[in-house]
Formats: sequence, C-alpha cells, structure tokens
Amino acid sequence: MALDSKIPKGPLADKWTNHKNNINLVNPANKRLIDVIVVGTGLAGGSAAATLAELGYNVKAFCFQDSPRRAHSIAAQGGINAAKNYQGDGDSDYRLFYDTVKGGDYRSREANVYRLAEVSANIIDQCVAQGVPFAREYGGLLDNRSFGGVLVSRTFYAKGQTGQQLLLGAYSAMNRQIGRGKIKMYNRHEMLDVVVVDGKARGIIARNLVTGEIERHSAHAVVLGTGGYGNVFFLSTNAMGSNVTAAWKAHKRGAYFANPCYTQIHPTCIPVSGDHQSKLTLMSESLRNDGRIWVPKHMEDVKAIREGKLKPTEIAEENRDYYLERRYPAFGNLVPRDVASRAAKERCDAGYGVNKTGEAVYLDFASAIQRYGKEQAHVKGLNENDAALVKELGQEVIKNKYGNLFQMYEKIVDQNPYETPMMIYPAVHYTMGGIWVDYNLMTTVPGLYAIGEANFSDHGANRLGASALMQGLADGYFVLPYTIGDYLSNDIRTGPISTESPEFEEAEKNVRNRIESLINNNGTHSVDYFHKKLGKIMWNKVGMSRNAKGLSEAIEEIAALREEFWKDVKVPGEAEEFNEELAKAGRVADFLELGELFAKDALQRNESCGGHYREESVEESGEQKGEAKRDDENFKYVAAWEYKGEPKDAVLHKENLVFENIELKQRSYK
Amino acid sequence: MNLTLKIWRQKNANDKGKMVDYPISGIEPDMSFLEMLDVLNEELINKGEEPVAFDHDCREGICGMCSLYINGEAHGPDRGVTTCQLHMRMFNDGDTIYIEPFRAAAFPVVKDLVVDRSSFDRIQHAGGFVSVNTSGNTIDANTIPVNKHDADDAFDAATCIGCGACVASCKNSSAMLFVGAKVSQFALLPQGQVEATDRVMNMVKQMDEEGFGNCTNTGACEVECPKGISLENIARMNREYLKASFKG
Repeated sequence: MALDSKIPKGPLADKWTNHKNNINLVNPANKRLIDVIVVGTGLAGGSAAATLAELGYNVKAFCFQDSPRRAHSIAAQGGINAAKNYQGDGDSDYRLFYDTVKGGDYRSREANVYRLAEVSANIIDQCVAQGVPFAREYGGLLDNRSFGGVLVSRTFYAKGQTGQQLLLGAYSAMNRQIGRGKIKMYNRHEMLDVVVVDGKARGIIARNLVTGEIERHSAHAVVLGTGGYGNVFFLSTNAMGSNVTAAWKAHKRGAYFANPCYTQIHPTCIPVSGDHQSKLTLMSESLRNDGRIWVPKHMEDVKAIREGKLKPTEIAEENRDYYLERRYPAFGNLVPRDVASRAAKERCDAGYGVNKTGEAVYLDFASAIQRYGKEQAHVKGLNENDAALVKELGQEVIKNKYGNLFQMYEKIVDQNPYETPMMIYPAVHYTMGGIWVDYNLMTTVPGLYAIGEANFSDHGANRLGASALMQGLADGYFVLPYTIGDYLSNDIRTGPISTESPEFEEAEKNVRNRIESLINNNGTHSVDYFHKKLGKIMWNKVGMSRNAKGLSEAIEEIAALREEFWKDVKVPGEAEEFNEELAKAGRVADFLELGELFAKDALQRNESCGGHYREESVEESGEQKGEAKRDDENFKYVAAWEYKGEPKDAVLHKENLVFENIELKQRSYK
Repeated sequence: MNLTLKIWRQKNANDKGKMVDYPISGIEPDMSFLEMLDVLNEELINKGEEPVAFDHDCREGICGMCSLYINGEAHGPDRGVTTCQLHMRMFNDGDTIYIEPFRAAAFPVVKDLVVDRSSFDRIQHAGGFVSVNTSGNTIDANTIPVNKHDADDAFDAATCIGCGACVASCKNSSAMLFVGAKVSQFALLPQGQVEATDRVMNMVKQMDEEGFGNCTNTGACEVECPKGISLENIARMNREYLKASFKG
C-alpha cells in the first residue's frame, strides 16, 4: 500500500480552512446513531472524548487507571505553547510553525505542523473558558514564559503543574458529558486488541482489570489516545503503567508504525541513584530559563566533589565550565532538548560528571536568585547590597516560579536546591514515533485513528518544550472532531455494530489464549526481570548515541530475550481477578516486540537527527565540527513499518517529506 | 536496613482480610517507599507467593493514584508528600511498619491495599465543571481578566490530586476538603459563576449520597494533604452552600 498523507492542496496557511470547508459533515440527528470508542483519557483522548460527545456522538471512553484524571499527561510540568503574541515579541503562527519544524530537525510534515500552530491560540481560549487557572500578571492578563529552542515567550503555564491543570480541564469537560450520559466511562479497563471487520476498525477487546473479565465493545470508529512507549527503556519519565500495548495491537492489525526510533531524551531529569530505581523524575525544562548548567573546568575539582571534599558552591566562577553558554552563545541554556542532552552526555563521557556514577551535571540557580533578589530589593526600595536580604527576596521569586519542582527535588535527592545546585542528567521522556496517520489523523486501518503522543506526531525527530500538550489538545479538541466526521458520514445508515461477528470471536479468542499462556507459563523469572534486561539493551545500544554494530547486536539480543521471556516468565495469581503482574506481563511482551522494531528502525536511519546521534554521521569540519550531521539527501522521509509477523520481517514504507515553505538548513544554535 | 512489614492482605472486596508479617532486608535509604514494596513483591514472586497489590502510576507525586495508610497516617510520616515521594530515609533500621489501605465506607477495598475511589469521580460528574462548549469558538482568553490573587488561590485549590488522603485521615471519613477544593476553584474564577448555585448543591448532594461523613473541623485532612490544600476551602464551600441554599 502506498502511503497517502492526504495533505490538502493550496497555500500552507489556507490548507486547514479549505479542508474543513470541503470534508463531509454528519448532521446532528445522525450523530446520535454513531458510536465512537476512545482509548486513553489523557490530554488527547480526554479532550477528544469530551468534544465528540459534545458534538452528539455516543462515546465510550477507556482508561487503565482508576480515573481519567490520572492519565500521565497530568505529570507534564512546564507549559503549553500558543502563537498568541500577547507579549508583542514578534510571535505568529508562522514562527511557531517554523520553530517546530526546525526544532524537529525537518522530519515532520509541514501541513500538520502549520495546522498545529494555527489552532494553538484556540486551545488557550478554550482552556481559560473551562476555568484552567493559568498564571496571571498583576493586571489580570495571562502571563507567558520562554522555553528551549525558541526566541519568544509563547508558553502559557500554571506554575510547574501545567499538565495537571490542562488535564483537569479536559477531565471536567468529560465529567460534564459523563453526567449527561453522552460518555460511558470504563475505568480500570485495558484495551487488548482492535477488531477489524470488512477492513474497518469496528471495536476493541478490553480486559476489566478488577474482575479480569474479557469484554467486547463495538463502535463505528476507534480512536487511540494512548500515549507513548518510552517505558520500553524500563527507566523513563513515563508513569509506571504507560505502555505500547494498544498501539502495538493496532500495528498488528494493519496500522503502520512510524519512526519507532524517535525518542526524546530530556536533558533535565534527576540522575539515577541505584539499581533498585523504578523510574526517573523529570525536572521541568522551564528551569533552564533561570538555571545555568555547568560542570567543573578542572578534573581535580571533579574528583574532589565526588569524594565529598569539595562542595559545588565552593568552586569559583572562573573554574566552572558553563558548556552550553560556551558552545551555543545565541541560545545558551535554552538550546533545544536534544542539543542540551547530547552536550551533557559529552561532558560526562569526558569524565566531568559530578555525582558518584559520573552521570550528572549541575543546574545552578545562584545567579538567578541574585538577579531577582536585587530587582525585588530595588522595586521595594530596600538595600540592594544586603546580601542576606537579596538572597531571601531572590529565593522567594524562584519559589513562586518553580516551588513545587524544588520541593520534589529535595524529597527525592535529600538536598536543598535553593542552597546548592541541582544535579541533573538526560533521561528517556517522550516518543515522537508512533502509529502513522494521515492529515485526518487516520491510521492505515480505515476507521482507526491515533492522536497525541500515540501517533507519529507533528514533532519530527525532536520535540520542543511545551509542544506535547499543544499537540494533544489540538488533536483532541480541534482536529479529530472535524476529520472523523468525514469518515463517519458514510456510517449514518450502518446501525449498531454487532459484537457477535466472527471477527470479534477471533479477536477475543486471541486475547484469551495469550492471557492463558502467560498465566500458565510457570517460569522462573518475574516480569520486571525481563523488562529491566530489555531496558539495559535499549539504553546501552539504542539510546542517545548509536552505531550500526551496537544496533545489530541489540536486534539479536532483544529477539533472544523475547524467546526467553515466553519460555521462562512467571506470572503469579489468576486471570479472573485483579492481577497487576498479569497486566504488566502483557505490556512487557509487547515492549519486547516493539524494542526490536525500534532498533531495526534506528539501524536503517544512518543519519544523526534530533536526539538520535548516529556515531557514523558527524560533521567533520567547519563551525559545526563534532555536531550531529543530518542527511537530507537520503533520509528526508517518515519510516513507516508494516507488520509481517516477527519484527525482523517488518516491511519499510517511506513517506517522503516535502518542504515547500521552509528551507532545510543546518540547525545552528550558536 | 532491615524492617518488619505488617501488611493488610485481602483477596477481593468480599474477603475478610488480615494483617500479614513480612520481614525484609537490604533496603536502602534512598529508595522510595513504593520501590521498597517492589523489592518485597519481587521476593514474593520468586518464592511463588502472590505479590501485594497497591495502586501507583506516575511516581512523581502528581497523579494521585498511590495511597497507603502507613503507621496510621495517609501517605506515611513525611509531610507534604504522596507515598511515591516518601523515602526510606524517613525510617530506621529495625522498624516495624504497618501498611494498610485507606479506610472509608465510600472507598471499598478492591484488593490488598487497593481501594475504589470512583466516588470522587461521581461527585465531579455532578457538577465539577464549567458548562462551556468544547468547540473552541469561545472568546479570546485575555477578555476574561482574573486578578492575580484570585488566580493564585484558584490554582492552589486546583492542585488537589484527588488521592483521598483527606478522607482516610478524617475520623468521619469526610470528603469536604476534596469537594471544597473543587468548589473553590470555580467559585474564585469569573468563568464558574453562572452555575455556581447548582454546582455546589449538586456536588454536596452527591457527596452525601456516596456515604462520606461530615466535617467536624478537626483539621486532620489539611495536615495529611500531600498538596497542602487548606481548610479555607471547606469554609468557602460552606459559604457557597449557604448562599445557594438561600437562593434555593
């Protein structure tokens, strides 16, 4: 099958408007005859479920948590971008579009990204109308801050809990529809297969996680808003339950999986402290607005710090290497995430890491505390030379901006970041790869849609800060509700979909067989044992820096580990009960397949791109010497994989990316 | 660290349940409390026993999924944290730690330490929202100015994570801190005014129907709340309720 992206014709800025004017609509009375299943209730799924219900469709929504409000979008900290230009600093739809395409290292679709920029302003209006308490200035108007990779302040925020507030906004919109009976909510349910009837997605098989019951649910269309798969690395910033299962099952039913190797490594996470660690905690990128990143300039200082003989605060200014400011003077500490992550790894690999494992750099607020303190003292007419007063006033400003993050850091690391610099290191955060979708957000299976992080998205090879929340809500509130109507307009006479068809029968049987083989396996190792092993392979050979040899090894090692898993995994308890180990086993089984495809995709993409540093592809001369080298001639495409059984047999389809409005340039932040 | 854990085991909602002792060793102070339970579960699985079921997800203190009543306190002995942010450095070598589910009639036990908190969702279905269309064709955001003080107070109320620690800590199993926070967020903002009367009446009615008790101003909820939600919110809810009752 050739990939048809269905990008509308015409000038970039008119594409979305023209498309909306020309697609088919479903009249309000007929919407009542149509059922839509939405899997996942984060920013994308939650906003989609609410909006589809508002439009009049009958929605069934599913989440594995005990409440939609717990979806992992809730943990997003920093903010959401919108081209409002409230600050008058020159922002526009075009600039947001341009920054996003450039930030994604020219591996995203122009038309999709422009649409994202175009609807971004509506998101803010919508959320404010819902009562989302964004940060305000004293005049009562909305406040903005800046984020990595851009030169304007376009980020709207609610302290360090923007994701929480936006999700609660979407959740309250859902609550309204649940209260009206337009959304039927299925909490603690996990989707375990998509049912395809006559080539169209017509339902799902779900497991009730409390009773273990296997259920059939039918609908005229199925929407996956199931998030990303960063947990394939075991350690990541994702919630423990985040998984690839729904997306992977969709892949197995014919949905192409695009750019699986595109993973964002976030530069500011709390470093790993030991082998028992279950997950990594992110510190919002917004901290880089005020925090300066450094390591000691001299190796003897590094050694003294690791031995506990020297404190970071005791190292003089001239003996610190503010390496981002040194290497990238134009953007400094605000370079995009991929650049900041690689630079941290480079310093740590060179031996300058500041914790006992050698995998940490400092994020220092001392100069911001000074700067803000002096400003406050000046504003209040107090003595600007009183060091203690300045520090106190400065800390108060920092507390107002990032208080919850500082508290979180202190609880985890047991150090006070107001007094001593934070330690940070890159960690797996967001996956830009995902299910391939066309401009309408439909997958290669008719009637099956993917939104938010679950699709291969608008972010290209790297995601800029504050753009994930934007995409989730754009897809859910403003894009899918239009585009799905075009498809559903053919279903107004279809009537309810039966769950008694052979296709449902077969899908349910598949699910049952798999559960039975897991529960009756009687192996010797726990699920986590395999998951941790997979994570180690992924991080060491398919992580921030990759080469062909390592990737080829990883492919074989993962295949072998998968075989071992199926022979030797031990899942206690029974199938017909609340059984977290069983749920986890199914998810890890899918990660063991995805991991291999992930490595295979990374192997074929012999270019450095976004956060994906191929050691074979480096700039060898000029100003950019040593920086990652993108290869537009050979790799300017989306890699979409078709399922053919084992991951090694997956077939590559290429969607060539066409850039008509942006000139492809080397990304320089110097 | 070597510890003795006394953990509530209950196979399902209908089972009677009992405390079971588990000695555990090799616990490091920088492990989180849930990572300590991971270690225990790994041991149990390897011994062929069933692991202890407990709720958790983000492990960053924000999703509100983790619960646990530890040594008689919701989310354990540390202040201002959820269980996932509680670290073993808060305990001493040789300690005995009691781990129980949140107990309240409106939070039935699902299994072991897992409880069903969907009563919170149902209270929100009754009115925890602004009835605005999700069509995106609303007015420009800056045409609804909100003074910074009100916006900050609304934000503080909105930071409630719905974990249920307030209910678990209350001798009456009252949900008034939770409901107060939800009512307050909208009561403080211009967006929520139009349906303020119905909102508070409906939410309080649902709260009562779910079987939560009443507030007797003990204040344990505020002390144990991992997000520092203040009692002021209960007072505000009471004022809103009174106002609404007069309008009736």
